[in-house]
Amino acid sequence: MSSIKALLLPLLLFVVQNAQAQVSFERILNATDEPHNWLTYSGNYSGNRHSELDQIEPGNVNDLQLKWVFQAQSLEKFEATPLVVDGIMYLTEAPNTVTALDAKLGRVFWRYEYTPSYQSRPCCGRVNRGLAILGETLFMATIDAQLIAIDIVTGQPIWKTAVADPNTGYAMTLAPLIVKDTVVVGVAGGEYGVRGFISAYEVDTGEEAWRFYTIPGPGEPGHETWEGGGDAWAHGGASVWLTGSYDPELNLTYWGIGNPGPDWNPAQRPGDNLYSDSVVALNADTGELEWYFQFTPNDDYDYDSVQIPVLVDLDTRVFSSGKLMLWGNRNGFFYVLDRTTGEFIRGNPFVRVNWASGLDESGRPIETPQPAGATTYPCVGGGTNWYSPSYSPDTELFYVSAWEGCGHVFRPVEVEYLPGQRFLGGRPTYANPGAPGLPSLFRGPINNWTETEGTGAVIAIDPRTGGERWRFNMTDVTTSGILTTASNIVFTGGREGYFYALHAETGDLLWRTSLGGMIASGPITYAIDGKQYVTATSGNGLFVFGLRE
Amino acid sequence: MNSLFRLSVTGVVLIFAVASSNLSAQEDEGRYERTDIEYGATVYAQYCVICHGDNGDLLPQINLRTGQFPNSPSDRDLGNNIRNGLPGTAMVPTEYTDSEITALVAYVRNISSVPLGSITLGDSVRGQVLYEGKGECGSCHRVFGQGPRSAPELSNIGAIRSAAQIERSLLGAEGSLIPINRPVRAVMQDGTVINGRRLNEDTFTVQLIDDQERLVSLEKSRLIEYTILTTSPMPVYEQILTDEERADLLAYLLTLKGLN
Repeated sequence: MSSIKALLLPLLLFVVQNAQAQVSFERILNATDEPHNWLTYSGNYSGNRHSELDQIEPGNVNDLQLKWVFQAQSLEKFEATPLVVDGIMYLTEAPNTVTALDAKLGRVFWRYEYTPSYQSRPCCGRVNRGLAILGETLFMATIDAQLIAIDIVTGQPIWKTAVADPNTGYAMTLAPLIVKDTVVVGVAGGEYGVRGFISAYEVDTGEEAWRFYTIPGPGEPGHETWEGGGDAWAHGGASVWLTGSYDPELNLTYWGIGNPGPDWNPAQRPGDNLYSDSVVALNADTGELEWYFQFTPNDDYDYDSVQIPVLVDLDTRVFSSGKLMLWGNRNGFFYVLDRTTGEFIRGNPFVRVNWASGLDESGRPIETPQPAGATTYPCVGGGTNWYSPSYSPDTELFYVSAWEGCGHVFRPVEVEYLPGQRFLGGRPTYANPGAPGLPSLFRGPINNWTETEGTGAVIAIDPRTGGERWRFNMTDVTTSGILTTASNIVFTGGREGYFYALHAETGDLLWRTSLGGMIASGPITYAIDGKQYVTATSGNGLFVFGLRE
Repeated sequence: MNSLFRLSVTGVVLIFAVASSNLSAQEDEGRYERTDIEYGATVYAQYCVICHGDNGDLLPQINLRTGQFPNSPSDRDLGNNIRNGLPGTAMVPTEYTDSEITALVAYVRNISSVPLGSITLGDSVRGQVLYEGKGECGSCHRVFGQGPRSAPELSNIGAIRSAAQIERSLLGAEGSLIPINRPVRAVMQDGTVINGRRLNEDTFTVQLIDDQERLVSLEKSRLIEYTILTTSPMPVYEQILTDEERADLLAYLLTLKGLN
């Protein structure tokens, strides 16, 4: 019996006797101590999507078999990560439906179907990525920019708060983050000229506790980075559509910020455009800015820095600080930051990059704009995107889903801001005549765009060197997140519909199954009655695997 | 009289006339329950009267009293057209609840027999007092996070159940308990007894909320006894509340439309 299994037995006995015990903030803080559960979007506050479960290991992973499937009613992309609490799974599907299931048998307890406003207009799919939980309440952010508290037992709403106005393009697609007695969200809408913000709400009432605008207003530090004296800042985007992380020792919560608007015409918004394409560290009690680091100033390419901030503690003999943040950015560079101060430690490209020749000593890109009509790498989709990376404290490697060799030709176009209308400033195209103009958000059963859109890969990066340790290549690009486990397995998938188990140290393929639909979210793992399960969404289904009995 | 709405004497007479005459013309559509017709009249007065008028004949060439609806041969069509509107006309989409649609269809199909001003709802404020007091509804039901979970939550009962369905539940009418909500009793192989309310069931498993307010999923093969009870634990309010009080309580329950 492995050490983890030994740990699980008493825990599971406890679970049986205390089903639906409240999920306290302390439980979330110590989520790694109860690996049979999955309590937050990324599994824990460090955002590493790593589990201490080890029952499924390289020696038996070929014994995985399908245990059950949940078929979503929605035909939208299935981008949600479920939560699992003491044998019950809470899952969202597009646009804003919540289902509670028996996580062992896959049978449904209840469904809550919220109908968003007809006015909601998320740019890139009526999707939802998941829930937060605290006490006996679930929290869902909706595509019409509402925040809803839902009873975990009855599935009925307790309160609803209007976070923003969907008529002007605001939406929410992310899973909220619980920090103490607040629930923290951010708003999407970067393609509609919104002014982005992150805001926290009291969990009991929905009353707003604080708000941080991701574009500084007049008189605030950073406002001068919106040059020209106009009102570009007022509809400059900088949206927030992926869940942040939290460091309880520093009491900082970290969030990745999206692109400035209009997306592809930087001439309409001269200056660095803070805090677009940045990571911000906010005081978790007040929302006040502690520090920021901008990855892509005055972005030409829609390189949102909307990725999961991965918080890692590593040997201080190598780094000035052991408290690090690892970031595989959409702009194609991998970064190591000091998460106490925001200081840049190192950065290097992990895919083909030609928009910058490198990073200077402060981490600012040394830009090399391509001539008109030439292809820029990475493409709009980026070297990676919102797909969750993972970090294993066992291998001390960072794993990222990557698009390799994907490029676009960018042609800025003047665009007028109109509330609620698309505010893009151009339309990137492929260099190949006849190739599709933008990466499709879906794929069908025939792969007809490889070589114009590049290829996919899972890349293992050593944060000590920034170097690539191994790479697992896919013919098509990937939209899957990554899960690592204490048994040195990397679970991931791709648009081709394969679900993989790779060896975390070598990248060797250990097991695969074809699920037949695009995998568009990150796998998770959990355990019930001493048995480990692993999940993947594919197409419109959630597939749950466990070892053959 | 079982109606939970207050009607004038004239209204009562006319509604009985509806039951005996107008319904015969709509047999293929099922029966329109008096409570739904009455609730429909109040919804009509709130949303429809401004264009269609008290008598349903205010718009040129559109006289609801004729009972002729070329675009709505079935009640489903009529409900869809009320909810979704008619393109190219002033009939715009409106976010009605299912309960309101049921009521509006029932009323519009019978508009020629029901004087609009003859019907008033009970008092929802008094109804809320009854819910929390004499009716003791809050001792079993939950509304917006307040109250126990042993009985079905009522936060959106006024949206998902028609007025007539709620009325039948209050009166303890046979069949008013929705089958999936039936109480169940399961005995595990070790003798443990689980009592609860059924939430879902299939050939091999059953999901319920037990009397400790926990979600429980059971494999039937692991049970030595599984019983579905047919009697509702809900009291019969015909014996507890007066007609007027039940009208007030119904009026309050119809205000519970969730947060959507």
